Amino acid sequence: MSILSVSHPKLRLEILSPEDVRRIHTATLDLIETVGVRMPSRRAQEIVASHGGRVDPATHIVRIPGAVVEQALAKAPPAYTLAARDPSLDLPMDGQHCHLGTDGCGVEVIDPATGARHRSSFQDVQDAARVADSLDAIAFHWTPISAQDRPPESRSLHELLAIWSVSHKHVQTESIVTEREARVAVEMAAALAGGREALRRRPILSIMQCTLPPLAQDGGSLEAGLVAAEAGLPVGFMTMTSCASTGPATLAGTLTVGNAEVVSALALMQMAYPGAPVYYAAAQTTMDLRSGAYTGGGPEDYLFGAATNVLADFYNVPLSMGAFATGAKEPGWQSAVDNSLSSFMAISTWSDMLLGAGLLHGSRILSYEMMLLDAEIWSILCSMSRGITVDDETLALEAIREVGPGGNFLAHRHTKKHMRELWRPTYFDRRPFSEWETKRDGAVTWANAKAREILATHKPERLAPAEKAELERLIASVEHA
Amino acid sequence: MDELFEAMRNSIVEGEPEEAERLAREVLARGMDPMEAVSRGFLPGVNQVGEGFGCGDLFLPDLVRAGAAMKAAVRILEPEMTRRGTAREVVGRVVLGTIKGDIHEIGKTLVGTLLTANGFEVHDLGVDVPPETFVEKAQEVGADLIGVSALLTTTMAGQRQVVEAAQKAGLRPKVRVIVGGAPVTKEWADEIGADGFSEDAAGAVTLSKRLLGRA
Repeated sequence: MSILSVSHPKLRLEILSPEDVRRIHTATLDLIETVGVRMPSRRAQEIVASHGGRVDPATHIVRIPGAVVEQALAKAPPAYTLAARDPSLDLPMDGQHCHLGTDGCGVEVIDPATGARHRSSFQDVQDAARVADSLDAIAFHWTPISAQDRPPESRSLHELLAIWSVSHKHVQTESIVTEREARVAVEMAAALAGGREALRRRPILSIMQCTLPPLAQDGGSLEAGLVAAEAGLPVGFMTMTSCASTGPATLAGTLTVGNAEVVSALALMQMAYPGAPVYYAAAQTTMDLRSGAYTGGGPEDYLFGAATNVLADFYNVPLSMGAFATGAKEPGWQSAVDNSLSSFMAISTWSDMLLGAGLLHGSRILSYEMMLLDAEIWSILCSMSRGITVDDETLALEAIREVGPGGNFLAHRHTKKHMRELWRPTYFDRRPFSEWETKRDGAVTWANAKAREILATHKPERLAPAEKAELERLIASVEHA
Repeated sequence: MDELFEAMRNSIVEGEPEEAERLAREVLARGMDPMEAVSRGFLPGVNQVGEGFGCGDLFLPDLVRAGAAMKAAVRILEPEMTRRGTAREVVGRVVLGTIKGDIHEIGKTLVGTLLTANGFEVHDLGVDVPPETFVEKAQEVGADLIGVSALLTTTMAGQRQVVEAAQKAGLRPKVRVIVGGAPVTKEWADEIGADGFSEDAAGAVTLSKRLLGRA
């Protein structure tokens, strides 16, 4: 098994100038210092107060001097590794790689055998993780769908068990939102990693929390994040600010509101645990002006996808960026436009982690066909990100001289040597027209067949019986507390 | 006089709460009938915005701004209307909130604003609301509808508890329970026995009117 990640990309997009970034940063510090951010957690408020911030206990709003925020952020490590249970699947967070993860957290699944939708269960989480495990494009797991047949208070932990039982890849969970769940998740990860110190050295789990735009945090999320930071698990905060509803209608304004949310949360983590690995996370979008809905896709999303890594680079932390995650209802024209442009833009500024493979309808419905087609988009991106190398070998002057005017390169040894560097499709239709006319099938049909094959054949067992029993014991401790 | 009505209509269409409030105060200062100000001035503005939204010229922020302007005007005029015994007819009474354990506010608040603009009396309980509080408030105000919002898969289960609590209190089927929120589907609404579900705020208004036979 190997992982197909973008490595040392050659593409580069100038989307925000250094002056733009400086203005967004200054505006962000101004907001955090004067307007403040709501942090409804006594623990968070105590940490902020002890570092020179002002806390209003009635409104839970904290105001932190800009210099304090900057000093805290400066302690965040610029590079680290997202460890996998199989070290050959480790993911470097070094600014030179982009890794793809699944989407989350959906509530329904389209059954590839029947095409019918059903509410997602523990079994679905495991099945989705099996398919993700089999794809080299998927570097790490999110909890793609919710295990709705498990109790709410321990559901996120069952989801971890479901994924770990079938995959050695790194897991980044976005569904742990309380301190209690986070504590048990750390113990579960430690049980697999060989203890708390081993886990700190090789974090096989990272934690992602959502902010509550505009300018607010969820208390449980902050406390869960602090638990993770204490254990040395990489922890990220994601803003999903939406233009015209939870953020201003203007893109710069929405970037700034979201930036204040993420920066204040990451600063809090550094105040509490200096040097803890943290990351920026974002999936900004726009409100649909007609319905008020979260859109998932569109030119603003694509611009946010590229701009956010410029901000994360400014703070010298990795970025986990929402890409893919189309608003389309089925794989097709809209999903192809959405998922290609959003991921391309995020890669063009070298975002470290991209999220979003496999879900439809704005991260609500899992489609196995979509996951496989997203993996194909990823392979195109990996190919494009290598750019064009110009040297003696690639200029191929000698081969061109030998072939000369009117010849061809089919039989030349230079062709045989380099042809496998050219991208080869799995789901692009390059057949003769007549063949398509007879069969009338295509990418979605083929992806469906492939998904069914993977589900029928890829059945890894990644937990020893003793490990599984220990994880189940830890989960039960939450349920019977 | 017509110019004043025209200005009232405009204050709603342009979505200017301060201007609407100023005009409402002028109505009282001149000793005009506040009901006439509503029916000939402000309400035509609400209708115009509704039509504009319906044909795609206007957007949700236009509706919300118009709703805020209407609310500002009515707040000034209401005491005088009550005194004259000409209070506006209420389309329906709605108790609204985000379920316990969930603090996502915007969708629920949007529904409340649009319902208010459409003549509903809205009692917004805010966020993190226990199931029994919905029922108690509904009994207190004589509600026709209870609207329960949830954005998390873990808090959705609370919507079922509201339906059950309303049932237990003997409020149903007279009091209808409607549900919404990003993870909520029609199938979920059916399963928990809710009376309706909408994917967006404008749809929630249509649904509410339909359930009360006012469509």
